[in-house]
Amino acid sequence: MRVALFVTCINDTLRPRTGQAVVTLLERLGVDVDFPEEQSCCGQPQFNTGYRHATEPLVRRFDRAFADHEYVVTPSGSCAAMVRDNFPRIAARAAAEGRGRELAEAAARAVPKTYELTEFLVDVLKVTDVGAYYPHTVTYHPTCHGLRMLGLGDRPRRLLERVRGLTLKELPGAEECCGFGGTFAVKNPAVSAAMGADKVRAVTGTGAEALCTVDNSCLLHLGGMLVRQGSPVRPVHLAEILASTEADVAAGGGPGRAAGAAGGAR
Amino acid sequence: MSRSFLGMPAFPRAADVSTRDTRLRANLTHATRTIRDKRARAVAELDDWAGLRAAGAALKDRTLRHLDRYLEQLEESVVAAGGQVHWAADAAEANRIVTRLVRETGEREVVKVKSMATQEIGLNEALAEAGIRAYETDLAELIVQLGDDLPSHILVPAIHRNRAEIRDIFRREMGKWGRPAPEGLSDSPAELAEAARLHLREKFLTAKVGISGANFMVAETGTLVVVESEGNGRMCLTLPETLISVVGIEKTVPTWQDLEVFLQLLPRSSTAERMNPYTTTWTGTTDGDGPRTFHLVLLDNGRTDTLADTVGRQALRCIRCSACLNVCPVYERAGGHAYGSPYPGPIGAILTPQLRGMAGPLEQSLPYASSLCGACYEVCPVAIDIPEVLVHLRERVVEGGPVTRGGARVVLKPARGHAAERAAMRAAAWAFDHPGALRGGMRLAARTRRLHPRRLPGPGRAWSDTRALPAVPAESFRDWWRRTRGANGNSETGGVE
Ligand code: SF4
Repeated sequence: MRVALFVTCINDTLRPRTGQAVVTLLERLGVDVDFPEEQSCCGQPQFNTGYRHATEPLVRRFDRAFADHEYVVTPSGSCAAMVRDNFPRIAARAAAEGRGRELAEAAARAVPKTYELTEFLVDVLKVTDVGAYYPHTVTYHPTCHGLRMLGLGDRPRRLLERVRGLTLKELPGAEECCGFGGTFAVKNPAVSAAMGADKVRAVTGTGAEALCTVDNSCLLHLGGMLVRQGSPVRPVHLAEILASTEADVAAGGGPGRAAGAAGGAR
Repeated sequence: MSRSFLGMPAFPRAADVSTRDTRLRANLTHATRTIRDKRARAVAELDDWAGLRAAGAALKDRTLRHLDRYLEQLEESVVAAGGQVHWAADAAEANRIVTRLVRETGEREVVKVKSMATQEIGLNEALAEAGIRAYETDLAELIVQLGDDLPSHILVPAIHRNRAEIRDIFRREMGKWGRPAPEGLSDSPAELAEAARLHLREKFLTAKVGISGANFMVAETGTLVVVESEGNGRMCLTLPETLISVVGIEKTVPTWQDLEVFLQLLPRSSTAERMNPYTTTWTGTTDGDGPRTFHLVLLDNGRTDTLADTVGRQALRCIRCSACLNVCPVYERAGGHAYGSPYPGPIGAILTPQLRGMAGPLEQSLPYASSLCGACYEVCPVAIDIPEVLVHLRERVVEGGPVTRGGARVVLKPARGHAAERAAMRAAAWAFDHPGALRGGMRLAARTRRLHPRRLPGPGRAWSDTRALPAVPAESFRDWWRRTRGANGNSETGGVE
């Protein structure tokens, strides 16, 4: 099977090791991975801030970049949700404003082939044991878009439960938003920080070594707060845990440094 | 009673102050979490909740689509049952009508049962100017009124107050409004409730005019419905000689049978009860029973303008259950006053800008008072997609566009103060559509990474005060892929397409 990786702009620029982990993981599971270089951003920051028109070229670009692929896999719940929920909406509004059906066709092609990583693993590859090894205590925060817009349900948890060496710690108030919300963090800094502080307190209270999500945007916000507080808890994307093997750990990976992929990114 | 919501500071500024109020945060967190958990249990009892929710949304949508017809039917039914109907286009007109109606009775005092519509129009202040005193009779409204305060929650307007604060308010203020608080009043709930009961009983028994809102208006019979927990509504609706009900036009339902759906959705979502303790319905007037004169004031005040917006109109489905407030993490931290209207929380963030128009700084900041986490949509019993409307209204703020105001089509200009953001967003979108430029920018960022500040100046400072900025890695994913997999974008193992 051949899939295209949609790495997303935040992962591309700020968290490349997540994309590397996805490549490692999928190839280990016998999947051929392509990275169409024409890809860029899903348009979420623009769309959610009110710049819907600026996202239209990005819908077209997404369609073009992944035209040859049957599956597009992305390690980001919120970007998958952007494609699935908002591309059709953007297309419908464009049609209503008299710009034709072209975007609707692009969205119709993009939506069914776009999978968030855990959906692809559990629903398409039908695996929950991906052969990972991660000897750390981990707490899992289900990010809002994964939880509510995509309805990921227990897929991430089922994957985590099959990771050898991993101890999962329950996160109190897990379903509450971490307070990132893209530009919300900039426009309403006080409320965003208050939400983040409460989330970080819950995370620290679990005693886990690592905080795991399926979305690096939330993880950057929470990770930044953990760093500022001098907390030892490390933010880790789920893909990095799933990519980690005994060989990586033997080579000296601690929590948060177990990307398992070639080419150390930092 | 001089407080009014108009002229509130913009949301982020108000929230900056309220998030630092630790007592407010503690009161709110405790209260909203308790209601939220109870609601989840009450909803889980019904296995057809999803179906009821869809039915509620569909009923409201259909009614809103043909609202003109149902309102005419409602007027006919109310008049046929002996009531009188008045149409108010805006707050000023509604206040004029109610003031005139009260004056015509010759009374100087009225009792009120919780009505958000009258808060929306500032009726108490308008009556006060005409020398008429309005007594709130809902326990929480009474606390708010005595404390010269503003409501901060749809269902529990005094949610921001704790028992000790309420005792102090009762002791200090009750005597100025009527029967004083008993000597040595403690802060036990039973004693506080008894003090309120005695104070209010005096009002119920002397008032000749009652003013109410309504949860529903049934077009086919002209029946109004109030659901409540305390019984004060029943008193206000049956004891006075004249009853004036001020109701938003969107509260209409076509038939008596439609109530079946809403009387299940509302109590479970709002108080987590299977059925609310008091449901009062009244239809016109009846000889020898209840008020002898009944007036219905139908309030528009921005509602038909809202109806004209195909995305935003779903806000008019709202049945004011307050479930969205109780799950909202932003409401929980910012408190209700920051929203600057009697409609706080997620529903306020979409309703207030639509009802009032989007010209003021508060109305322009409200659509951004959300992280778009979607918890409000999930709990809403009439499935209002609040995040969808928020984003839609954000577009109105930054790009302007056609809206309906006062029944006329006007084109809004983009709000001021977004020029830098607009430029940045467009530049980013351009770069994202030009991967060559994007790659160049990313390389530049990587090469200068040692120079990047760990704290931001200017508007970004608040961000970096509490969070460390992410460090830019030496190599982007794109460059790593090229370096390790070759420039054609294909996997080493995958061959060439
Ligand atoms: S928007 Fe929905 S959840 Fe919020 S108060 Fe209205 S009906 Fe209730």
